Amino acid sequence: MITNGYLSFEKPLVELRAKIAELEKFMQDKSIDLSDEIAILEKKAEKLEKEIYGNLTTWQKVQIARHTSRPTTLYYIKSIFTDFMELRGDRLYRDDQSIIGGIAKLDGRPVTIIGQERGTDTKDKIARNFGLPHPEGYRKALRLMQQANKFGRPIITFIDTQGAFPGIEAEERGQSEAIARNLREMAGFTVPIICVVTGEGGSGGALAIGVGNRLLMLEHAYYSVITPEGAAAILWRDASKAQEAAEALKITSADLKALGVIDEIVPEPKGGAHRNPEQQAAFIKKAIVKHLNSLLKLTPDELLEDRYQKYAQIGNYLEPSKGSR
Amino acid sequence: MFKDLFRKQRRYATIPSEKAKKEVPEGVIEKCPSCGTILIAKELEKNLKVCKSCSYHFPMSAQERIQSIVDVGRFFEYDPDLLSEDPLSFPNYPEKLAQDKEKTNLNEAVVTGEGTIGGYPAVIGVMDPRFRMGSMGSVVGEKITRAAERATMKRYPFLLFSASGGARMQEGVLSLMQMAKTSAAIEKMNRNKVLFVSILTNPTTGGVSASFASLGDINIAEPGALIGFAGRRVIEQTVRQRLPEGFQTAEFLLKHGQLDMVCSRLELRDTLIKILEFHA
Repeated sequence: MITNGYLSFEKPLVELRAKIAELEKFMQDKSIDLSDEIAILEKKAEKLEKEIYGNLTTWQKVQIARHTSRPTTLYYIKSIFTDFMELRGDRLYRDDQSIIGGIAKLDGRPVTIIGQERGTDTKDKIARNFGLPHPEGYRKALRLMQQANKFGRPIITFIDTQGAFPGIEAEERGQSEAIARNLREMAGFTVPIICVVTGEGGSGGALAIGVGNRLLMLEHAYYSVITPEGAAAILWRDASKAQEAAEALKITSADLKALGVIDEIVPEPKGGAHRNPEQQAAFIKKAIVKHLNSLLKLTPDELLEDRYQKYAQIGNYLEPSKGSR
Repeated sequence: MFKDLFRKQRRYATIPSEKAKKEVPEGVIEKCPSCGTILIAKELEKNLKVCKSCSYHFPMSAQERIQSIVDVGRFFEYDPDLLSEDPLSFPNYPEKLAQDKEKTNLNEAVVTGEGTIGGYPAVIGVMDPRFRMGSMGSVVGEKITRAAERATMKRYPFLLFSASGGARMQEGVLSLMQMAKTSAAIEKMNRNKVLFVSILTNPTTGGVSASFASLGDINIAEPGALIGFAGRRVIEQTVRQRLPEGFQTAEFLLKHGQLDMVCSRLELRDTLIKILEFHA
């Protein structure tokens, strides 16, 4: 599906760009003026770019969110914050490297950062279990968040996981309990919490570090109760119908904004975050700083209540005795 | 099907005689799926739907559960008219809701309310596995949240019987967010030092086991109940090895420190009364 980092639906654009580059080279080599032709093709490319990236289907967005070159949490930590100091271990069992955490400064202000890290090269990916946490990962996250709460540091989380790891040991050590406890404890902290879905928001495994005052989401990220493949397997007993399932589940940033789940969509560079990671980091930083500044005006009690109300209002139901909502 | 080629062809059709039909009307007997014993339905009901010969716990409807726990005539239902919508316009969802409403005589997969148990007042929630597998969508999340808020306000203990396949796929991310919403309500209870007892019944999995069901001050499970985060098939496909005997059963969780006790349904009411007395 991916060739030279390009996704199949990007092919016409890639070909056109290659042609323009070829013409430019030809013009230089032979000193023939082709600038009119190039200008026409450039216009055509721009139009095509708008068409392709302006009308991405849900499935195309999922492909971008899963792109192997998409920046991961560690990249964002290093480009958005300074003085990052990683803090490790859950003090109970082991250090789960699929979740990374620590303290850093955001424009000089100390904050605690937590995020799933899926890894960059093969060795790193295996060491980080492809960003699929075990209970001890969530318990490390909890320990660091409790520490942040104790010292009044805002918490910033980066969500990027297909889900919590479905394994024998994960169940034995209480995957459910670890996630559940994080949901409860995050609801009770009195510091600002900002969560950013940067890639894949895979169900409970994502939510376990995702209960915040503000929930931001990158333009092409997705957030779903079940993977499109899993939903297709249940609905049609056919995992290859994932594309249809992805549409039906309403998992894009625009869908989540419409459903009242997220607070802001962070734009992505044309073609996705991997096309310009630096610019992407700058976009994320801008959004975090903006929301953090508004949250810092609230008292601890107000922060708690703000978060409670945010989740209390999510849902869609009829109540004939009181009217619909 | 290929398999059909090898199936033994039945030479004669058996036509049940009118007499035989009258002797055993539908619903009079039930066969235990665990030990195969034939049980008289009325006696099974009297025994709280627990098999007399092997103690298998049959599934219980919300109505039956409430009857088995609450003092006779002492239950007041909360929010009976909360109804699910179809926020994602998900294929076939409204039809499935309508079917389950008819089948269960319930509006949704959880019944909440207050009542007394052994004379002690409590807020009670009961999930019904027959309604969309007890899955949690917006209505289930809202009803449990409101019940927890009322328990906090009235300072009544909250007893919640879970039976759920997890978050409801047909409401997508809205279902997922109910995990956070209900857990936040439990946090408020916790902060206000109000007792929360979670009773995990068969099955309690996925988004329900990964939210309120695991958050009891005391976690009790019924014998043999399936409890876990990920589905068996998903785990098998991921780790590519056979799952250990009794994996994800109540007894497995007890052994691994995830539960306070496994309690037979026949002793559950007395156990709950004892717990309520300790916290009265």
